Parts: sequence; C-alpha cells; structure tokens
Amino acid sequence: MPALLSGNEAIAQGAWEAGVVVAAGYPGTPSTEILENLVRKVGVACEWAPNEKVALEVAIGASMAGARALATMKHVGLNVAADPLMTAAYTGVGGGLVIVVADDPGMHSSQNEQDSRRWGPFAKVVILEPSDSAEALEMTRAAFALSESLDMPVLVRTTTRMSHAKGLVESGQRLEADRTRYRTTRPKWVMMPGAAKVRRVDLDRRLARAKAASETCSFTIEELRDTSVGVVTAGVVHQYVREALPEASTLKLGMTFPLPEGSIRSFAASVGKLFVVEELDPYLLDAIRAMGVRVEQTSLPRIGELSPGAIAAAFGLDAPETREPLSDLPARPPMLCPGCPHRGVFQALREMNAIVTGDIGCYTLAALPPLGAMDSCVCMGASIGMAHGFGLAGGGPDDRPVVAVLGDSTFGHSGLAGVLNAVYNGGAETVVILDNRITAMTGHQDNPFTGRTLSGAAAPEVDIEAVVRSLGVTDVVTVNPNLFKPTEKALRLAAESDGLSVVIARAPCALLLKERPDPFSVEEDSCTACGACVRLGCPAISRDAASRAQIDIELCVGCRQCVQVCRYGAIVRSGRSCDVGMGA
Amino acid sequence: MKVTSVMLVGVGGQGTILAADVLAKVAASTGLDVKLAEVHGMSQRGGSVDTIVRFGERVFSPTIDAGGADHLVSFELLEAARWLHYLKPGGRLVVNDRTIAPLPVLIGDEAAPTGLEAALAYEGAVLLDAEEIACKAGSPRSANVVLLGALSVGLPFPVSVWREVITARVPPKTIDGNLAAFELGRAACQEGECD
Repeated sequence: MPALLSGNEAIAQGAWEAGVVVAAGYPGTPSTEILENLVRKVGVACEWAPNEKVALEVAIGASMAGARALATMKHVGLNVAADPLMTAAYTGVGGGLVIVVADDPGMHSSQNEQDSRRWGPFAKVVILEPSDSAEALEMTRAAFALSESLDMPVLVRTTTRMSHAKGLVESGQRLEADRTRYRTTRPKWVMMPGAAKVRRVDLDRRLARAKAASETCSFTIEELRDTSVGVVTAGVVHQYVREALPEASTLKLGMTFPLPEGSIRSFAASVGKLFVVEELDPYLLDAIRAMGVRVEQTSLPRIGELSPGAIAAAFGLDAPETREPLSDLPARPPMLCPGCPHRGVFQALREMNAIVTGDIGCYTLAALPPLGAMDSCVCMGASIGMAHGFGLAGGGPDDRPVVAVLGDSTFGHSGLAGVLNAVYNGGAETVVILDNRITAMTGHQDNPFTGRTLSGAAAPEVDIEAVVRSLGVTDVVTVNPNLFKPTEKALRLAAESDGLSVVIARAPCALLLKERPDPFSVEEDSCTACGACVRLGCPAISRDAASRAQIDIELCVGCRQCVQVCRYGAIVRSGRSCDVGMGA
Repeated sequence: MKVTSVMLVGVGGQGTILAADVLAKVAASTGLDVKLAEVHGMSQRGGSVDTIVRFGERVFSPTIDAGGADHLVSFELLEAARWLHYLKPGGRLVVNDRTIAPLPVLIGDEAAPTGLEAALAYEGAVLLDAEEIACKAGSPRSANVVLLGALSVGLPFPVSVWREVITARVPPKTIDGNLAAFELGRAACQEGECD
C-alpha cells in the first residue's frame, strides 16, 4: 500500500533512494523535516550545520569527493548560502549535488516571502519544482543523476503547501551509485580568476545542455483538454489550477530553470488563450513574455499564497455559497508557551524600558503585547550588529539601554561575528543569549550547544560562555531566567556597564521538561486584580469578570513564574485537571 | 466518488495535527486518494491552527477555500466561530465546548466573545466537552481523539479501521486510553448529545 508522506518526507525518501551519502542543512520552516526523516535511514551521513552556508559547503565538499550530496534550507537560508551557491555553479559537481530550498508564501513562519525561483537565472543553476509528494520523491531521486549529467548543482524548490502537504507515495529501493574516485582537477575546483573565466564560458555550455534537458524533462507534462484556455503552471499551484479550472488545458513545468521554450511555444500554439498561474513573483510570466509569446492578463495576487478559490476568482468564476463569517472575533496570535524561560528576560527588559534589537526564534513573540519588549527583527544574527549600529548612532533617547537578544542556535548561526565586531570596534552594548538548550521554534533540533547531533549521538557541548570569552568579551555572566529577580539584576548591571556585556540566560525550553509539577491556581480572596501576572503574557493566565487573575489548570505547567510577580501571595498550588473536575 | 474535505481547527498544541494524520491514514487504508495540509512553525505556539484532510477518487489541491469543508471539527469554541465560513452550508460541525482565551482577551485588551455556544448551536453544531470525556477515558490529553470519535459518526469508515490506525499512531502507553477516548467520543454522539 502506498504511504502517506509529506513533501519533506518524500524528498528524504527520494534522496535516500538516489543513494545520497552526505546531507547537511540548518532547520527552517518549512524545510526542517527533510533531514529529520533522512537521518533515520541507513547509509547517509546527516548533519545539522551551524548555518546554511556551512551546510552547503559540506555538501559541495562531499560532491567534490565524488559522493551524492544534499543540502536543505528555507528560502532565507539560501541567502546565507548564496556565496557558495554562486560559485558552485561555476565549479559544477563531482557526485550529484542537490539543494532543497523551501519557500514560505504567505509567511506562515518567516520574515519575508522571497521567490527562490529567481536563483535559477541569477546563480545559473537548474531548478526543479515538484507538485505533490509522489513527484517530490521521483524528482529528488532524478535530480542527483541530472546534476551529474549536466555537471551543475540542482535546486529543488518547494513551498509550504508542498513541503507540509501529505499525499500518497510509492517508495522504492536505494540505488548504490557508483562513486568516482577523487582526482585533483584544479581548473574545475580552484576558482581563481584564470580558471573561473574558463568555467564561466563552460557554464553557458552546460546551461545550453540544461535547456535541452528541460525540453525533454519527464516532469513537464502537457495535458490538452478544452483547448480554448491553456494554463502554464508549476509546483503545488498546478493542483490548484486542476481543482479550479478542471476543463482547462495545462502545461505543468517540472524544470522551471532553464525553461523549455520549445514546449511552451508548442503549448501556446495548441491553445486559444494562454495564461500563466503562479504564486509570488511573475517569474514564469515575464520569462514567457520575453520569448515573445502572448500571455493573457490576469488579476492574480502577487502577495501571499494562491488557492483554488483565488484562481477561480481571477478567472471570473462564481465563488461557492458560504456562511456569513462571524465578525469581531479577537485574533489569536501565537504566544510564548506556559513556563517559557524567555519570559523572565523580557519581563526584566520591559521593566528596564530597554530598546531591544531582536532576532529570529520563538522569543520574537516577545515583541507582542503584553511583554512588548522587542523593537526589531530582521534576519538571523542581526540583533548584535544592529545594537552596535544603534549605539554608534547615539543610542536611545532618555538614556534607554540598547540590548541585543538572540537564541543559542541563532548565536551559533551568525551571532559570533556580531560579537567579534563589537569587541573589535569597542562596542558598549549588552547582548543577551537566550540559551534554552535547543533550537525551539522549528520543533526542537539539536545544535552545537546541546551536546547531541542530528543523529542523536553525543557531541562536544560547546560552552557558550567560553566561546564569548574567547572572542574577547570580559564581562560575561550566566543567569537562570526562571529566577526573575537575579535575572533583572544581572541585566541592569550589564546595561549600566560602560563596556560590552554578555548575559547568558540559560534554562531549558519548557517543552523539553518531562516532569510536569502540579498547576497553580488563584485564591480569589487574595487577588487584588493588579494585573502583574497577566502582564507576563502566559497563555494560562487571564482575568475573570471582576478583573481578578484566573489560571487555566489544564494549560498551567507549574513553572512558578507568576508566583514571583504576585505581591499578595494569591497564587497557590492546585490539583490536576482530571482530579478537580473540568469545565470550570 | 466526489472529494470530501474535513477541516480540523484549534489552538497550537491541542493535537490537531495528530488527529488529521489519523483521519488521513484511515481514508488511505480504505483505498482512497488522500491529501492533507498543515502548517508548522511559529503558528503552533498557541496560535490559531488549521489542518485540512481531503479524500476521494482523485484529490488535487491539499487546501480549500471558504465554503469548501464538508466537515468542520473545532477543538475550541472561538476557533469554530473563526473558521465557520469554511464549512459548506449543510456541512457537519463538531465543536469542543471549551474556550481557550486568546492573547488580546487574556491581557484584557478585548472582551471575551459571548454567546458563541448559542451562535454555533444555531449553525447546527454538535457540541461536546472533549476534555471532560477524555478525563473519563484516562487523560485530558486524548481530547483530540474524543473529537475524532465524534467526527467518525459522520464519515463512511469502519470503526475497525479507526481503531487500527489509532493503535499504530499514538504512543504505545496511551493506546488503551486513546481507544477508550475514541469510543466515548462516538458514544457521545450516538446517545443523542450529537445529531
């Protein structure tokens, strides 16, 4: 029986079947599960790298050694890995080199929604786009051989609805690919100007071969139905088009760089009106129009995700009858979890009225009320450089302290260079490293500071404090952020010091804790409705009709954070929900 | 057979993804084409989450639009109201009769909406207290499986297949509790609390 696999699971299976030997990546929604699934299979060295650049370099090295290699990352991760990518197109490959990049249209869990298909013409690498899980497996498997035959890296581009949608997939056997023995070939691998100029010319020859391969790509499928309307699509959008316009003829592109100009012209000639339906940028539209092919105008949105309904609307079809939506419902943004150790740090930074340059992780949620203790979020590792720049520009008004906040994994990803810069250039900012012993937001991946590798093997537990000191910081202190008073004291001292200070707030992510102490509840008579506990932004704490605090004992994890801010001793231990009765 | 779309909505952490996975596997076990769409990452941290399972002879899109769900299962009252317009007129609505206050309500910026139960009942909702029923089965953590039991009454799959998939999908120690939760969810509907 076929198995129900997500796009990411299918990609892992396809890579394994292709005989991939080395795989590296950095966690990032929606790409993370590829390596988490691949690591469970035998015969593949799978690793989390500290960042995407290193991950791609690991894969390039493995490819150079003759092995089939995979690198995985989210769209913004490929920005970090862009430097090796651009030149890997010149060197070409030894063993097949496949890079999976997962875009996030609609920004479900991202800071932007850039369109990774642009890397095709920019970096001059082949792009394949699967349209469902079954194709993701086949395409990934084929991508390695394609990479070898074209001597080019191949980018497999997915989106959230591709990576995180599940479909039925028939799995196959692993191919043990023949490894070529490494031979020193400097003109191919040493990209100094002389050799690079030669490889640049050769790259165009390889691109011409890729273009020919695109014309015969078995994943590009023309289906003629009603020939008055023809739609060019790719990826999961093809499924939306089939749903919204079941009678329309379609040309589903498998390879979206280089484009199969002949197939597109032939399809255009077979249909009355030609349309392009794609998510995000008008990438296909512009390229097909540049071929001189007439494409009809549509009103498809260029921002966010498409859906069958959005496509039907753009083609002037009636929307189905719907119920009246209920209006005026409060929004439900994500929140820091009950017991989250980040809360203590942001509670203190709010009290200090600090200007907080933030970073990428669960803790970015502290920008939302009631904590409201973050002023910026740009990209991985940006917090430290931005705090430095803010300081150089004169710092905050009214002597407000400037504090950079980032997580352990983010620090390892790209925070070290920021600290080094601050030390070198005499920065006086405060840096807080939220060391919750895991890469939490993406679903608990290990990193260089957790003492475990992706495969679960023991690893050296890199000591963040020692790393920071070795970079030249002398004022370094480690605190337990679950103890509010000492944490605030340490942060105030750091902010008041004239030099660079680093505070490491170290306590495990609340979701890592196996023990769950009994919950707390509020003694109505003692509560003065002051709101101090409510302002912690804990999902378990709300106000009752009389504005007094109340605790949802089903959500409470017994962390004691609220107990520390209650001046009236009104928060006391309670029994567990099944024991005290539900439905309160 | 036309495609059936089931939407499961709730609050991150409530177990909607596991419930959707069980449903998708049940449908696949009976030989149907299946697609499932879910969202991971930031929205899971206590935010509003939606998961879609579609099954039939041939399924194209993993997602649906407003008015596209044949069944809407909500793990929480406010989320039922938020996603109600995704349910087709005449579709089946199963709702956990429980509120988890969202952030603006928790901190007192906005009032908790009132009258949700009545509004949902008017829309034909089957309301049940999944946590209370799950407690009877042993743990409030299996509230998601109680809701699957309630959903299963409206779907054409044999109970034996549901039991097989639940057994294979949940942690071994919790199999008995989850099977009991499933039966109690079904029974809650069959006793007339539901339709």
